[in-house]
Amino acid sequence: MTIPVMTARRAGLMACPHCGLVCRQTAKPDPRCPRCDGKVQGRKAESLSRASAYLIAAAILYIPANLLPIMQTSSLLGAKADTILSGIAYFWTSGSWGLAALIFFASILVPLLKLGTIALLTLSVHFHWGRHLHQRANLFRIIEMVGRWSMLDIFVVALMVGLVHFRGVAVIEAGPGAAAFGAVVILTILASQSFDPRLIWDREEELHD
Amino acid sequence: MPDLVNGDAGPDVCGPSSVPPLVACPECDALHRRVPIRRGTKARCIRCGAVLYRHSYLMPRHMVPLLLGTLMVFLIANLFPIVDLQVQGLRHGTTLFGSIVALWREGRQIVAGLVFTTTVLLPLVDLLAMLALLLSWPGHSAHLWRFVRALRPWGMIEVFMLGVVVSLVKLSHMAQIIPGPALWAFAALTILLAVIVSFDPCSLWDQPAEAGP
Ligand SMILES: [Zn+2]
Ligand SMILES: [Zn+2]
Repeated sequence: MTIPVMTARRAGLMACPHCGLVCRQTAKPDPRCPRCDGKVQGRKAESLSRASAYLIAAAILYIPANLLPIMQTSSLLGAKADTILSGIAYFWTSGSWGLAALIFFASILVPLLKLGTIALLTLSVHFHWGRHLHQRANLFRIIEMVGRWSMLDIFVVALMVGLVHFRGVAVIEAGPGAAAFGAVVILTILASQSFDPRLIWDREEELHD
Repeated sequence: MPDLVNGDAGPDVCGPSSVPPLVACPECDALHRRVPIRRGTKARCIRCGAVLYRHSYLMPRHMVPLLLGTLMVFLIANLFPIVDLQVQGLRHGTTLFGSIVALWREGRQIVAGLVFTTTVLLPLVDLLAMLALLLSWPGHSAHLWRFVRALRPWGMIEVFMLGVVVSLVKLSHMAQIIPGPALWAFAALTILLAVIVSFDPCSLWDQPAEAGP
């Protein structure tokens, strides 16, 4: 079902992305919102190239984030380095399935879902796909909502480092994978922020015109 | 309808009365007429379902005490230990800040900076900016709101709270855990921040008639 919809752009209007005020389009360069003084653009500038740049950087860092240890434990029982995956495996085998599932969701599934979705959305806009508009819009909304929860593992590592600090008995330190993983989370959030979901719907207008 | 202004093109051209009853969907650009909605409800886009605007239960006069209370809870959360851990007669507690310092000292400055920014700095700046927004109403409110909206995606107290729960479950196998005041403060902070985020000053600029109690 598609309803021909009047959009702000077709009506010669632009909405301020910061405060929502709807204004007339202008030919002036660098227009500013009269209410909040924010930059107003019809569509986010260079949305696709910026989103793909962040996406590629995130995908590259995703490899060390998963291969390098994010946490190093040294205790009386010896030293142990854990990657994200081996940490999840440890919970799984020790019977904490709920915890294993939660960390798997936040640290593995969500980043992969974000990388895949942003790649799909950028490609779909680049190649002017005219189908599955609603599904793609929903995908975007889902990754915007769940993306931040990937930071979970970073916070867990930080707390473990602060808490488990008993000299000679047990000490936990953060591994080099933690910084890489944190960077992946930041970069995927930046990628989804630079992607403009209105580009998905612009195709519908092009088909009507 | 207000024209866009260009740099130093002159004074503010839009008073609240000249705002047209229009709203564009932030996710698909569909244009809607702004209609008054009931308190506690949201208006959604007819095409894509995105939230267009909401009418919060909260009024500006509720916000100032709420923000001051939240700042107090924020202080408790950051000054007191989250938990104390007891292993073989040794006892060690940590505050959030203590964890950040420990990370920094062992050479993980990036991770320390990331945790500090998302759990201490930005939530604090958010609260202070919201307070300034309400106290300077309506003078600089729109400018401050633009600032708050830009940093809000990066404040992650609620994710940190889940991290606390996961850490405690993790450690409960190997040590005795004594909850500290900051644990409860962080739980309260999570709820208070969710309430504060539901307040949208845009709805007050756009529906001046609805702004009264
Ligand atoms: Zn504005
Ligand atoms: Zn929409």
